[in-house]
Amino acid sequence: MQALFWALVGMALVVIGLYALIVHRHLLRKVLALNIMSSGVFLVFIGLARRPAQDGAALAPDPVPQAMVLTGIVVAVAATGLALALIVRLRSESGRSTLDDPADD
Amino acid sequence: MRLALGGLDWTLAVVFVPLGGALLCFLLPRRTAVLGLITAWLTAMATLGLTLDVLAKGAQRTALGGWEAPLGILWLADGLSVSLMAMTASVGVAVSVYAAAYFRDEHTERAFFWPLWLLLWTALNALFLSADLFNLYVTLELLGFAAASLTALSGSTAALAGAIRYLMVSVLGSLSYLLGVALIYHACGTVDIALVAACIGDAPRPAVQAAVGAMVAGLLLKTALFPFHFWLPPAHASAPAPVSAVLSALVVKASFYLLLRLWFDVLGGGGRGLAELLGALGAAAVIWGSVLAWRQEHLKQLIAYSTVAQVGYFFMAFPLSMAGHAGAWSGALYLALAHGLAKAAMFMSAGNLMRFGRQDRIAELDRVAYRLPLTLAAFTLAGVSIMGLPPSGGFIGKWLMLQAAFQQGRVDLAAVMLFGGVLAAAYVFKVVGSAFTPGEHEHRGLAVPAAMEWSALLLAGAAILLGLTLPLLWPLLHVGTAPAAALPLATAPGVTS
Repeated sequence: MQALFWALVGMALVVIGLYALIVHRHLLRKVLALNIMSSGVFLVFIGLARRPAQDGAALAPDPVPQAMVLTGIVVAVAATGLALALIVRLRSESGRSTLDDPADD
Repeated sequence: MRLALGGLDWTLAVVFVPLGGALLCFLLPRRTAVLGLITAWLTAMATLGLTLDVLAKGAQRTALGGWEAPLGILWLADGLSVSLMAMTASVGVAVSVYAAAYFRDEHTERAFFWPLWLLLWTALNALFLSADLFNLYVTLELLGFAAASLTALSGSTAALAGAIRYLMVSVLGSLSYLLGVALIYHACGTVDIALVAACIGDAPRPAVQAAVGAMVAGLLLKTALFPFHFWLPPAHASAPAPVSAVLSALVVKASFYLLLRLWFDVLGGGGRGLAELLGALGAAAVIWGSVLAWRQEHLKQLIAYSTVAQVGYFFMAFPLSMAGHAGAWSGALYLALAHGLAKAAMFMSAGNLMRFGRQDRIAELDRVAYRLPLTLAAFTLAGVSIMGLPPSGGFIGKWLMLQAAFQQGRVDLAAVMLFGGVLAAAYVFKVVGSAFTPGEHEHRGLAVPAAMEWSALLLAGAAILLGLTLPLLWPLLHVGTAPAAALPLATAPGVTS
């Protein structure tokens, strides 16, 4: 039951992140939204990871997804770093911190 | 000298040779072009070695570090992955030769291009080899990072904006895929493709359906299937020519490959409704992408929208292969291989035209047919394959898919395929036509290095040759596929009669 609770919290984070990614125009907010989404996915991954009970014993936590999520966190940090570097460069080149074309405004 | 002995070592070489080359290029920025070219040729030779090995001995499995699944990570080289790796190697060598000339005078861009491009090649080969859903996620992210950084190479505002949009779409797609992997792990307790395929029938339906939905949605976003294609034209058109060639020819194929793997190896054919949805989206992409391509005024935008259209064809194979028709599957794979070669050649010749005229407006192509005949020949030959005219590789792919469509009475899909070919002819001839006429302004063209012209032409020639080498390639494509998916050679075009 507890596993399901954490998985649902994770899904809620994913949905909040996706919503924020779509509605916000400022790029820093978009990066934050992606980070919230990835935290949500990791929480789902960890929350649902239980070894199936084979001899009626209580479910034991499974270490494999934890290793995978650790890899996922590394990937998410790298993505955030790359995105921030590109955003800083875009801001210094054009003074904008959104993706919208100035012609559209 | 174990390299020559076992398939195992070729498998490692195709990933670790480009990886080592990328690191060397990063450490020695002054020698980067020479190092990059040597690495490209070595990687291509390793790919050839692996291809011959797979052809001779069948699919090759490698357990990294000696750890077998479910604990370890498996690499699997079968016909599907090796044929895509061979296409990658052909495009890779041509792009490397082209880029060595293209970036000759651009020191900053050259210093960053080579390490990133070789890392991208590493990620592609690792992705094609991975037989593990989580490892596929990691390689997908590596590929996305290398591709987004390459998009930003020129440092202009348009390139940076394109790169940021690309990176965000790529990360969003990968996260959606990872969510699916989490659900699959919950249902099956493993991420190895073969073990998941064995358990997925008994797994709880809702978890599997949610997982498939999340993974397919993420991969559609990354493959830029209509209506998720919005990010592709700005990213592909704003990058330097060798980068556009790599992005359009190779990177888009990676997520499509992953979808093929999931569909046929994990799900064993998927669901009817989802297949029809993918086919309908594919058909819409063919029409919409072709029309938009035809309406573009800039050459690179036109080629980028043509990729949106061609991706649509690949997805029409999903409904066509529902009834056990392997022809559509092989046709889509053949079309993907031909598209890789032809689209890279197209972007490379567009790069030559831009170098020559310093702009890429189609109406301003000032009599380039007489002034750059090799480049225009490359563009036209590539266009022949994109249109699907015989004897090109694109023709064989379309033929196989049309055959499957008519056998199943799917006249609607067949009509879209034929009409898409007509639209492709319209946009290719729009470019070729204005290449013969004087532009609005007189241009004094700049010299284009011979290496750039010849690499584009040879690659376009390879796209045509792909159609003639079908009997050679056919056995390779089907190494390691299930007996139900294998098709006797006798039903292939050119071999009947």
